[in-house]
Order: sequence, then structure tokens, then C-alpha cells
Amino acid sequence: MMSRLSAVTFNTFREAVRDRVLYNLILFVLLLLAITPLFGQISIGLERIILINVGLSAMSLFGIVIAILVGIGLVSREIEKKTLYTILSRPVRRWEFITGKYCGLVMTLTVNAVMMATGFYLALLITGHGWQAADARLLVAIYFIILQFFIMTAITLLFSAFTTPVFSAIFAFSLFVIGSFSEDLRNFAALTQGLTKWLVTATAYLVPNFSSLNVISQAAHDVPVDGRLIAFNTLYAVFYSMAAIAASIVIFERRNLK
Amino acid sequence: MPAVEISGLTKSYTAGFFRQKRITALQPLHLTIEEGEIFGFLGPNGAGKTTTLKLLMGIVFPTAGSAKILGRDFRDPDVRKEIGFLPEQPYFYDYLSAPELLDYYAQLSGVPREERRKRIPLLLEQTGLADAGRKQLRKFSKGMLQRVGIAQAMIHNPRIVFLDEPMSGLDPVGRREIRELILTLKRDGKTVFFSTHILSDAEALCDRVAVIHKGVLRGIGVVEDLKSQTADKSEIIWQGAHALAAVSAMVGKAHVTGEVVRGVVNSPELDQLLEKLRREKARLISVTPLHGALEDYFVAHTSEREAVQR
Repeated sequence: MMSRLSAVTFNTFREAVRDRVLYNLILFVLLLLAITPLFGQISIGLERIILINVGLSAMSLFGIVIAILVGIGLVSREIEKKTLYTILSRPVRRWEFITGKYCGLVMTLTVNAVMMATGFYLALLITGHGWQAADARLLVAIYFIILQFFIMTAITLLFSAFTTPVFSAIFAFSLFVIGSFSEDLRNFAALTQGLTKWLVTATAYLVPNFSSLNVISQAAHDVPVDGRLIAFNTLYAVFYSMAAIAASIVIFERRNLK
Repeated sequence: MPAVEISGLTKSYTAGFFRQKRITALQPLHLTIEEGEIFGFLGPNGAGKTTTLKLLMGIVFPTAGSAKILGRDFRDPDVRKEIGFLPEQPYFYDYLSAPELLDYYAQLSGVPREERRKRIPLLLEQTGLADAGRKQLRKFSKGMLQRVGIAQAMIHNPRIVFLDEPMSGLDPVGRREIRELILTLKRDGKTVFFSTHILSDAEALCDRVAVIHKGVLRGIGVVEDLKSQTADKSEIIWQGAHALAAVSAMVGKAHVTGEVVRGVVNSPELDQLLEKLRREKARLISVTPLHGALEDYFVAHTSEREAVQR
């Protein structure tokens, strides 16, 4: 089982690398190089805050876009091109295929994030303030960004298991936007009553809570992140992703591949 | 123990969004394939050949029926270690080279690393791809891709190989290469189940064939036996459906399209039949002697026209 899972995982990663998905890193580095000289004209304190905000937000956005763009084709492309026929005619269980595909894309996004983080830290050094202890705290924000990728990949995979790539992209991106405002949704629910309250609360809890996974602003202002939030977010990302993958598997197990 | 035993495998599906229509792609199919034989599954496009293979491979699920492969339920994923499959017009991961692709499929089939290292170069040699090197599959010709397809179906040394239209779209040289590969598989003791609508290939390779049309099995048997069924017979076509009643005993199964009737008659009875048609004032269109070719059997069993049993 493990060899089949790892084979699908590494092949998915290899596909992303050879399809030049990681070329986005060049764009990311160019973006950082373009904005870094601008900071010289801003006061010392602001320079760091802006760089952290821009750098980490770009890292998150780049990863989310890749998760969606690659994720929507993970299953549908294999069906459309019939490569799946030669996989399922082997002793590969459908759940192994889905899980392997998920792990492969998560692996791609993690490698991508690590490389972007390296570029980001270099940009921090270049701006001239040197290494600060607070810089280590930024790793928590980066870790949360990677957790966002875990969830987003699972959601995209879920949609791609039963709908077309275009609809998968629309649904997944909408869910990302709504999830980014999930805290606001909860606050709004507190102000409403009756059925509206029930509906808004249910929606707020159902959509992925990307607000609590976004601590970029906190990190930029050197506000430490509570250890309990790190533990909670880790468990939340793991369980949310597992639920989405389980749903994908249930759908895919029954699907006739025409 | 039969290599494949299909018992009433059926597939139907619904088409349309608002007014859903039920379409039967495969009527209950009963078929047994013995170990070590090359079995041809013949039928025109859309006959149900690919559906049968997709059902056996677990790509689509049957509406009813079951099948056994080497005595085990066909849905058991572990039985797939014993089978290789080449889909119709295959597309492989074109960012991989042939050795990488074979290594990937071998891993999925549970072939240990040491065995993979030995088997991949051997198989590339056997399929004439040894020179392909690290070239990505996107640069391969159709014939080379088909050979890679056969290689991936054989990488885990399966006992049964299923090939869906393996010669389709190939030039004569490519077809000849694939034919030789299939014969090599037989020499190695493998069972080969292949679907095709190219009858010359089936005639040259198969021990037994089955003919399927519109999802219904129309005939099955040893190639020579099937061919002999049309030997010393003639195909006759005439205009005037009213005459059919007078000659039905002679033509057996006739195909009627409007006023045009097509039937097969034993050549010694031909004169008698022509005389009766003349008396019935039917207009003769053609008489063609059949020579006991597989094509004659195929055509006789896969007429697109509405078949009328008499």
C-alpha cells in the first residue's frame, strides 16, 4: 500500500515540477526584488512591516492559486486523458490514488513555500536590518500559510472529484474568499436572530476558517502567536483536510469513469 | 481453470438531462477465455467491446452480473497483479521517459526495485524502444507510444494481457510489430484478450474469437469453425420484401430494410432460390459467393440493418 501511495505522490510532484509549476517562484522573487528598493525611501520601522505583509501575502496567494489551478486537474485530467485507466487496472485502490494525488500536490506546495520563504528571508536581510529574533516568529505565519495549502488542496480535490475543472475552480476560489472572512461571518451571526442566525452560524463553521490561519499582520507587528492557536490550527487543518479527502474518496469510489 | 469467466455482465446507463433515456451498452454477456489462448473480441465501433474491458478493469461498474479472473472475483484489486491492460488510443504521462513510465507502473503493480532494474531494459529491448533513452513520451510517434503501451501492460509479468484495439491508427509496419509482440506473449504462455475491428489481424492471431454487436454477443468459436460456417454460401440481395415468405426456409436469417432484403443461401440451393424469386416477381440486385473468410462471418453477424428472424 505504502509503495503505491508514494509512487502516486512522487509522480504528482514530478508532474508539477516538469510542467514548470515551480516557475512561479521566479515571479515571486522578481516581485520581492522590485519592491525591496522602494523600502529604502520609507522609515525603518515601516519598511519591515510592509515587506512582511507583501512577502507573506504574496506567498499565500501564489500557493492558493497553484493549489486551485493544479488541484482542479488532478483527477479530471487523468480521466480525460485516460491515464487513470492504466492506474486502476493495477492493484491500486481508488482511495490510494486520491490520497497519493493529494499528498503529491501538498508536497509541491510545501517545497514551493519553503523556497519562497528562503527568498523572503533573503529579502529581509537585503533590506538591511540584519537578523532579528522576531524574524524566527515569522515562521509561525509561514507554517499557517502551509496549513492553508493543506486545506485548499483538499477542497479543490473534493470539487474536482465530481464537477468540471471550471466549476471546481470557481467553487474552490469562492470558498477561499468566504473562508477568509469566516471570523466576520461569526461576528455577523452574533448580531442576527432566528433562522438567519442559524444559517450564518452554520455557514461560518462549515467554510474553512482561513481568518484564524492568517496571522501575517500580527507577525509584521512582532506580536507573538499563542501556542494554543498553533496547536488548534494544526488539528483544525488536519481534520478539515481529512474530512474533505474522505468525501472525495466516497464520491470517487462510486464514480463510473466514462 | 479458465483465465476469464464472464457471467451475465451487463451495463446500462442513463443519458440526457431532463428527459433521461436508459441506454444498454452491454446485454448480459457470458464468455469464457481459456488460459494460454489468444482471444479476439470483434465488433464494429460502439459494439460494446471497450465497455466490456472497462468493466473487467474496474473503470466502470456493472449494472448486473459478475466475472472471475483466474478464479477470483474481478473486483478484487489483488487479482490485477496478474493482468495487464492497454486501453484504446492510450495516452501516457508525456513528461516521463519510457524507462520512468515503466518504473512508475511497475511500482504500482508491486514489482520490487531489483526486479524493476532488470526487467525495464529487457522489456524496452523486446518492444524495440531500447534506443528511446531519456526522450520524453511527448516526442514519441504513435507506433512508439503503442509499443510503450504494450510494455507497460507487460511490466509486471502478468498472466493475462487485455489489449483494446491495439492496432488502431497504426501504419502497416506498426501493425506488424504489434502482431509480433502479441505472438511473443502467446509464446511466453500468456493469455491475450484483444478487441479489434481489424479482421485480418484477428484471423492471423486468434485461436478463438467472439463477435459482439450492439451490446449482444452474436457468435463465438474457433476461427476455422466460424469461417467454415460461411463457406460454400452466397449472399443474395433482392428488392421485394413480399417474396421473403416464399424463400425464408432457404435464406434462414434475413435482413430487411424497406423493400430490400439481404440473406445468405447455401450455394447448391441458389438456382432454386432465384427461380422462386423470379416467380414472386422480386427484382434481383446482387449475388456474391462467400469464401469462408472471417469477414463474411463478421458481416453476416453485424449488419447495421434491422435484423428480422424468420
